[in-house]
Amino acid sequence: MQLKISGKAYIFGDNIDTDQIYPGRYLELTAKADIASHCMEGARPGFATEVKKGDIIVAGKNFGCGSSREHAAITLKEAGVSAVVAESFARIFFRNAINLGLPVITCKKIHDNVKEGEILEIDLSTGQIKNQNTGETYQGEGLSDFVLSILENGGIKPLFKEKYGS
Amino acid sequence: MHALEKILAKHAAKDKVKAGEIVTCQVDLAEVNDLYLHVIESFYEMGGKKVWAPEKVAFVFDHYAPAPTIKSAANHKVMREFVWEHGIKHLFDINAGVCHQVMPEAGLVFPGMLLVATDSHTTTHGAFGAFGTGVGATDLACILMSGELWFRVPEVIKIEINGKLKPGVLPKDVILHILGKLGTEAAVYKAIEFTGDTVKNMDIPGRMVLCNMSVEMGAKTSYIKPDETTLKYLKSRGVDVEKLEIPETDLDYEYSETYNLDVSDLSPQIAIPHSVDNVVPVEAVKGTRVDQVFIGSCTGGRVEDIEWAYKILKGKKINDRTRLVIIPASRDVYLEAMRRGYVEALINAGATFSAPGCGPCLGAHQGVIASGEVCVTATNRNFPGRMGSTGGDIYLASPATAAACALAGKIVNPVEYIEEV
Repeated sequence: MQLKISGKAYIFGDNIDTDQIYPGRYLELTAKADIASHCMEGARPGFATEVKKGDIIVAGKNFGCGSSREHAAITLKEAGVSAVVAESFARIFFRNAINLGLPVITCKKIHDNVKEGEILEIDLSTGQIKNQNTGETYQGEGLSDFVLSILENGGIKPLFKEKYGS
Repeated sequence: MHALEKILAKHAAKDKVKAGEIVTCQVDLAEVNDLYLHVIESFYEMGGKKVWAPEKVAFVFDHYAPAPTIKSAANHKVMREFVWEHGIKHLFDINAGVCHQVMPEAGLVFPGMLLVATDSHTTTHGAFGAFGTGVGATDLACILMSGELWFRVPEVIKIEINGKLKPGVLPKDVILHILGKLGTEAAVYKAIEFTGDTVKNMDIPGRMVLCNMSVEMGAKTSYIKPDETTLKYLKSRGVDVEKLEIPETDLDYEYSETYNLDVSDLSPQIAIPHSVDNVVPVEAVKGTRVDQVFIGSCTGGRVEDIEWAYKILKGKKINDRTRLVIIPASRDVYLEAMRRGYVEALINAGATFSAPGCGPCLGAHQGVIASGEVCVTATNRNFPGRMGSTGGDIYLASPATAAACALAGKIVNPVEYIEEV
């Protein structure tokens, strides 16, 4: 995993819950491609076909609140989203995303300062986000060494496989 | 230290832990529900061969019970085979009920334990003085392999609730009121302790409602200090209470925040679309047409909840343009409701009963709503599309309010319907 990411921003609001990220009626699906095809369907139908590999989601407060469904993190990662930057995250979503190797950055006021389609550059280790279109920078929270080590290994699975998988 | 910190410290084999610290803990019970075939896939992907302690693992088929589609039936099949192959001790199949109801009923939940489940409402078990928290599939797969998981030690928010609730005002109204005041973000990465006279006088089902919905404020876990009421319930479920080591919060523990609440004047509350903290008194939305009422789930599907429906609806008929779906939270709840005559009376009043499980709470089956429909529900989330079409409107209320709405065909204040009970 690279510690610097850049991509086009898609803007969402506050309290984007797991039903909006991945509606409950698709929870029985288990194949990654199937899950990816319903990405953000509850919040913005058609997003799954619109989003390109490397794009970034920018949101307001409490992104990923609600259910513990890992489908919410899987759908974003498999649809090609390279990172989610939000003013705050719900706890289980945060864990699920890191475990799967999907970077999530907390940055206050990001939502009001970035417009849809602008290109953001994120430094995961410092939490600094640069808006290429406006030249502005926003200071997000850097990820802890513990979390960075999981991301750098591509998620918890490779780490666990090395430690416990016989 | 707080009792919750003592639980984490003990399970991390440390003398002391403090808020913000990351600790690795041994888990007492890991539960997987039937939305999470990914647990098994991740287990094998990570090279898993053996489940660390098959006696400490439970699988509960509740979200798709009984299987509504071929795909969910196939998921159940793979999960059952995994349970049998690994000798996993606790399998609650499609005849059991919702995980957060069946685990305490089976005597698997007790004070001081660390319970991790693939369900956000695992906070429910704070009602028993347990540290219960929800995780996703990969975290649970890690536990199945190692028995361990990392945790950030949470700060604890104290919510002290005093006052006697008026007739027709339920624990659900209390937690909705708190949600409305504090909002969906109030407790992210923190724990919530409920205390005060109102909680002390509350029965176990009521306490479970408070703890259950604390996750809607983002809480990692919740806690109510175990007392005689807790021990009595545990004994009735076969827990050897003499052997329990119940941690207590130190007198000098400093809470991150403290809220005081007097609920003696509280009226029935309702969360209106589309956010759980969009809470108003029921009176404010009185008269809104209601197409469906749902009483069920880990929040509102216990005997006491069905009893409220019985009290309000016995000998009457629900509105002819409104449907009433009732799903007991477990087989035990269903049997008890039948023994007490609630089921027959409610079916005669026009209710539709369905098999124990989560039902339409998460929009999977057994009563999802259409676009343009209004549902008043005793469950926990009113996110857009949560119970079916994103064009539907979901109102969260107490089972008493829900039952009264079924009778009237519109949103009404249940207090007006219980005086004659």
